[in-house]
Amino acid sequence: MKDSRRRFLKLAGISAFALIGGLGASGAQAQIAPGKYIPRPGGLKAKRWAMVIDTRRFASAEDYAPCIEACDRAHNIPHIPTDQNVKWIWTDTYDHVFPDDMNNHLNTSVRSRPYMLLCNHCDNPPCVRVCPTQATYKMPNGIVAMDYHRCIGCRFCMAGCPYGARSFNFVDPRKYLPDPYPNKEFPTRMIGVVEKCNFCVERLADGKMPACVEASNGKIAFGDLEDPNSSVRQALANNFSIRRKPSLGTQPGVYYLI
Amino acid sequence: MYNAKGVIIGIIVFVIIFASPFWLSWIGTDYTKTGVVLPQGEKQCVEDTEFMRANHMRLLDEWRDQALREENRAYVSHLSGKTFVISLQNTCMKCHNNYASFCEKCHVANSVYPYCWTCHILPEGK
Repeated sequence: MKDSRRRFLKLAGISAFALIGGLGASGAQAQIAPGKYIPRPGGLKAKRWAMVIDTRRFASAEDYAPCIEACDRAHNIPHIPTDQNVKWIWTDTYDHVFPDDMNNHLNTSVRSRPYMLLCNHCDNPPCVRVCPTQATYKMPNGIVAMDYHRCIGCRFCMAGCPYGARSFNFVDPRKYLPDPYPNKEFPTRMIGVVEKCNFCVERLADGKMPACVEASNGKIAFGDLEDPNSSVRQALANNFSIRRKPSLGTQPGVYYLI
Repeated sequence: MYNAKGVIIGIIVFVIIFASPFWLSWIGTDYTKTGVVLPQGEKQCVEDTEFMRANHMRLLDEWRDQALREENRAYVSHLSGKTFVISLQNTCMKCHNNYASFCEKCHVANSVYPYCWTCHILPEGK
């Protein structure tokens, strides 16, 4: 009797151990490819990508036009002449961009000039919280990215985003793109998905700066917010800067020098 | 047997009709011949042919997740040790540049209609 109880406990112990081991092994996701995945050699890396726009050097909407055009070309963004247009970068007035500012009597230049708008790549992105399919997600380097394969077009992210940075493809965007497509190395989107600025994540991986930064002639700085010597930190240390709707606590990654 | 002649002829006719898929296939063409035209100039894909034939869709799926979510945008081949940039449009389609005589041939034969090309741009397309 004693002997059989001892044997039973031994067997039960071994079984439990095997079960835990088995669960642990199945928890690790099996890789299908026999090869190895590595980051792309020569890509730009940062702990937290951020953008600083020197709005003092953009007097009118035309000054922003090269940046917007460069972005449209790089990402095959269509111009749809209705209210169903798709935009990654656009401009708006001070009152609309910084509605938190209660000051009625700002200096004329600040009040009258247009401001460039794009996805803020927040530290606490509401769009990521509400996405039911994880099509929108935050990467460790601070970029809020999208996987259009997973987007089901529910538009929760558009409701969640306090900056209006997202556009829905109400129609097939290819109908409004020139022939041939502006950038044959970047996909278009399809009807029924939401899209937005991706901080040129595909260009950063290729060792290039974002298209709008390149087209801005140094008026937009882009770099690592965690690196005290980066261009963005230098610009923020030496100038007065604001961000959009700071009271919401989303912690945008796009700064405006005023 | 009662009415043996009729029953036996009936059974023979039934067996012939029942087995028609088998003997009709001898007349028709072999289903394995999809007529896929392999790319010119390049001998070896990222992995061996057997793996690519069976698992290219799963590989592409994994490539997408690795590139977009893990920031691993390069793939080191187990077969050749070469490094490839992970991109359907800019890596795969550079060699497999004829959609109609490569992808489509097999996909149509197997009745699969993936919608890659509603977003990704085909080399010969506009």
